Amino acid sequence: MELTSWGRYPRIKAASSSFETEKDLPPLIEREKELIPRGMGKSYGDSALNTRVITTARYNKIHSFDSKNGVVVCESGVSLAELIEIYLYRGWFLSITPGTRLITVGGAIASDVHGKNHHTAGCFSECVLWFDLLLPDKSIVRCSRKENRELFRATCGGMGLTGIILTAAIKLRKVNSAFIRETVIRCSNLAEIFQRFEEYQSTTFSVAWIDCAASGKRIGRSVLMAGEHADTGRLNMALPRTLSVPFDFPGFCLNKYSVSIFNQLYFHKSPSHVKDRLVLLEPFFYPLDKIGNWNRIYGRKGFTQYQPVIPRESAYDALKTILNRIAEEGLGSFLAVLKLLGPENENFLSFPMDGYTLALDFKIQPKLFPFLDELDRIVMDFGGRIYLTKDVRMSKEVFRKGYPRWEKFAEIREKYNMKGTFESLQSKRLEV
Amino acid sequence: MNLLILGANSDVAHAVAKKFAGTEKAGIYLASRNMETLEKKAGDIRARFGVRADALFFDADDAASRKPFYDSLDPKPDGVILAFGYLGDQEKAQADFSEAERIINTNFTHAAAMLEIIASDFEKRGHGFIIGISSVAGNRGRKSNYFYGAAKGALTVYLSGLRNRLAGSGIHVVTVLPGFISTKMTEGMDLPAALTASPDDVAEDIYTAFKKKKHVIYTKWFWRWIITIIESIPETIFKRLSL
Repeated sequence: MELTSWGRYPRIKAASSSFETEKDLPPLIEREKELIPRGMGKSYGDSALNTRVITTARYNKIHSFDSKNGVVVCESGVSLAELIEIYLYRGWFLSITPGTRLITVGGAIASDVHGKNHHTAGCFSECVLWFDLLLPDKSIVRCSRKENRELFRATCGGMGLTGIILTAAIKLRKVNSAFIRETVIRCSNLAEIFQRFEEYQSTTFSVAWIDCAASGKRIGRSVLMAGEHADTGRLNMALPRTLSVPFDFPGFCLNKYSVSIFNQLYFHKSPSHVKDRLVLLEPFFYPLDKIGNWNRIYGRKGFTQYQPVIPRESAYDALKTILNRIAEEGLGSFLAVLKLLGPENENFLSFPMDGYTLALDFKIQPKLFPFLDELDRIVMDFGGRIYLTKDVRMSKEVFRKGYPRWEKFAEIREKYNMKGTFESLQSKRLEV
Repeated sequence: MNLLILGANSDVAHAVAKKFAGTEKAGIYLASRNMETLEKKAGDIRARFGVRADALFFDADDAASRKPFYDSLDPKPDGVILAFGYLGDQEKAQADFSEAERIINTNFTHAAAMLEIIASDFEKRGHGFIIGISSVAGNRGRKSNYFYGAAKGALTVYLSGLRNRLAGSGIHVVTVLPGFISTKMTEGMDLPAALTASPDDVAEDIYTAFKKKKHVIYTKWFWRWIITIIESIPETIFKRLSL
């Protein structure tokens, strides 16, 4: 069958198998017949792609829920959307969530995803108490901060390259309401948005939309959204009907003019300053989930998301250079996001570090990859790195420089025979 | 509400069980042969919705066990979903008729035998609903799966007759005609993504059909039109096609 991920590039021929119990797995795993585990295929690039994949689609049962401590024990194919649907009305919500809930628990661990509260709460692994991991020798080991800690650190953020994540224990957080108290501030340039991020550092959630088509003195103009869980309000979240993009937009729809108009409208429709308005969790955390298949607006050839992080002290200069180059090339995208991240954790390949991260979508086109190579050099010069979950094209050198603990990760891969057993197109490109 | 699901190990059955347990707060009897996976599914439904969910051993092939199995249920179900089926191997069935028999028996004979027992009980109580999962494969025979198609076609006709019989007793019968679904049964087949439903999509459609008291539903909805076209192809042309 044809297989691709969220960016719809590349598309490859692949054989997909599923499993329902641990017992179904051993016959599927063979050394030298490499494969990669896969959840809902929401990573953007080639990290969940290979000619053989094992999907967790049918490994989707919840084992137990401890309603006193908010700990759910579930299989890796359960989605974050399901956890929200089941537990929010009982007063529990994910303590860390990325910008989509249409991903699996296994995927969230493997990408060690982060959300709008990274600066206050860290990555997804913070709410993972333990998980069971199937290794290449078909043994199942429990990994946590106490047990098999090395495997825990390698697997959280390890892009599925350490084995198959089975059952996991996830700690939810108590909430009193399905609402967020949101503050929205329009910022007219990069200096102002940086200042606002610093100012809102102790607020639980913060993120900014940034206009990457703006240039000159307007460069970096943004809309900051900051929020806290509300104390009161109802707990159920009436889920709106989702709309869906029914077909691929022709490639020419997305050009520098349409992008510029969209960004202009978006900037001006946002209020210049609103304090503590109540909004539902759903549109606050998952604004794009209500448009199914939005990736189709980038056309049949697909797109990629470029997401670097730059250490805080050099972030301003680096981002200014990057945004300038994007505006010059006219390659910008509708959806660019800027966020201040917190300190890095101890996992070998987790992406976040204390600094600013920018996420930009680009339609796949011939001049794109040389341009992104150029941006990579800027990111490297300023000591940053690129997010593996979004990546489809970074070079081995850029990876190694950005993730200095890659050697330790590769060592673990050797030690447990993971190399050659669990491989993705990405792992082969990065030679890890 | 108490719901009995026959063939509860199928992916569609699990999705339907979640839908009814979540929306109707229904207690669920999950009946099938593989107890290990069935216990997991029952545990899953309990952890998600806090409803009663029991895993019960049930073997549709075992004629003698059918009546005692149904009699052992307490409380008696308010509704039943027939979800078991066997796709089989068409080529093997042509070479070895015992495979053909297995396809016909699992999809039709055993299904009808079990529903007869339930239907008489519902009729007596004047209460209940029956949802039978058949297949669009039963609408017209094709060389690629005509034993399966014949058995499902028979099931569709049976359900239609049952609906007619039970209409006077206030018992509703729904015939579900799914097209392609991505499940363990279809794993490895190269199904066209745009026409393939997920088990959750199908469960959603089944639940809507139950609420709105529909008689015959296609899932996804566009299969009604695809099948209308397939059925309208003249036999002289159809017999030469590879479908």
